[in-house]
Amino acid sequence: MSETPEVDFDVIVIGAGVAGCVSAHELAKAGRSVLLVERGPEPGAKNLSGGVFYCRVMEQVFPSFADAAPVERVITRNCLSFLNRSSFVNLDYADERLAEPVNAVSVLRARLDAWLAEQCEQAGVMLMAGIKVDRLLVEDGRVMGIGAGEDELRCHVVVAADGVNSFISRDAGFRAKDPPNHLAVGVKSVIGLDRGVLEDRFNLEGDQGAAYAVVGDCTKGVGGGGFMYTNRESVSIGVVLRLDDLARSGHSAAGLHDHFVDHRFIAPFLKGGELLEYGAHLVAEGGQAMVRDLVRPGLVVVGEAAGLALNTGLTVRGMDLAAGSALAAAEAVEAALAAGDCSAASLDRYRRNLAASFVGRDMATYRRAPAFLEGRRMFNDYGPLLADVFHGLYDLDLKPRRHLLKTAREALKAAPVGLTDLMADGWKALRAL
Amino acid sequence: MKLGTITERLARDRYNLDDGPHIEIDQAAARAAGAGPLLERICPAGVYSVGADGAISVQWAGCLECGTCLAVAPPGVLSWRYPGSGAGVAYRQG
Repeated sequence: MSETPEVDFDVIVIGAGVAGCVSAHELAKAGRSVLLVERGPEPGAKNLSGGVFYCRVMEQVFPSFADAAPVERVITRNCLSFLNRSSFVNLDYADERLAEPVNAVSVLRARLDAWLAEQCEQAGVMLMAGIKVDRLLVEDGRVMGIGAGEDELRCHVVVAADGVNSFISRDAGFRAKDPPNHLAVGVKSVIGLDRGVLEDRFNLEGDQGAAYAVVGDCTKGVGGGGFMYTNRESVSIGVVLRLDDLARSGHSAAGLHDHFVDHRFIAPFLKGGELLEYGAHLVAEGGQAMVRDLVRPGLVVVGEAAGLALNTGLTVRGMDLAAGSALAAAEAVEAALAAGDCSAASLDRYRRNLAASFVGRDMATYRRAPAFLEGRRMFNDYGPLLADVFHGLYDLDLKPRRHLLKTAREALKAAPVGLTDLMADGWKALRAL
Repeated sequence: MKLGTITERLARDRYNLDDGPHIEIDQAAARAAGAGPLLERICPAGVYSVGADGAISVQWAGCLECGTCLAVAPPGVLSWRYPGSGAGVAYRQG
């Protein structure tokens, strides 16, 4: 096919987050002319994540990413915490192997994304920050470029990397409104702490960091959970709340955030700290069910705009999937440009790339996780049950001791959870997670 | 650690003021759907408040642009866009 419409750029990427920057970088590296448009006054200004980036995929884009990029800390300690009103049970896992090679890092997006965009510019990408793309130029069902105010720019392919709300694909009719059980709101505070104090409190050495995933009383039973990640000299802390449950609960989003930050078992970590920033961001939690419409003639959708996010209960992932989808898309876009065919059939190579990559495979593996994590017992009942078992073991009240199994059975009998529930949930967990 | 009121903590964030509101409410539709109290609760930035007369006031300048209100609002109640080029919240941490 030899369609050669007049264009200003080969590719226009909307949004300078992880997905947008990786797409732009790879296509510029392949020799294409690329425009990266960002609505924030500078890259990163509109972007907010909980903050753990499972960054192995970035080595494919930037060798020695974890050393070169402005990351906060290398996560070598993961703590799963069942938090109750007056007790908690933690599964605390620290492992030096997680630092070699680096598996996950905490990040602050204003710093990370600014660096990513800088790498793009060095690779030849033209960056336009402070410009909001208002619309796609569509002719005969084919995307021909973008419109911002009165300006129009034409290109062969548009990469929509405009985040979870993706007005770009929504306005073009490529994406329906998501049901509220597929969305969650993350409410986060960044709290500044003296570096030495932070390292002492979280038991950290050097540039190593900790990530807490918390369920239970932190959200007062609303589906979701709390998180607490260590940065270099601050802590990112907040809650993620499933919108359907939040709406039903009668609680306020800010109130639940405050309840967690002020919780008697959490507050000591933050004592003497100073609030540096308060923010919020929507999270796509529907898993595979949310992924759709990745490709149209002249358009590919990547990252959160494509609904790519995963909450497995233990790990919350978005940025790695963003990078993975960007790599899959960039390869397909380059192939389409080389073939001079940017039709949906040609760009469909992106969908196939994605399905074969770790992104598509992990989305498929965890396809049952959202339904499992919607189960109310997970958030309400298991924390107290675990605490009751341990209370039975450690509360030496002069009554004759009993074996662990009997203690556990007593706790289970007193809990609202039945043995059959426990077994059913256990089975579901093994299959879903 | 004192978080302070929502207004106090938003004062620590950086904003570039937009020329005009990026959020508009159809008061009649909101009233009919009883959407006020819901919007008031779910917005992390406390943008919405229901007055004594039942009308919803919108402090749009403090919006964190998460999109929660748009996701839960009954159809027809809310018109919510991103602020104009370069305007709105500008995270320094993120």
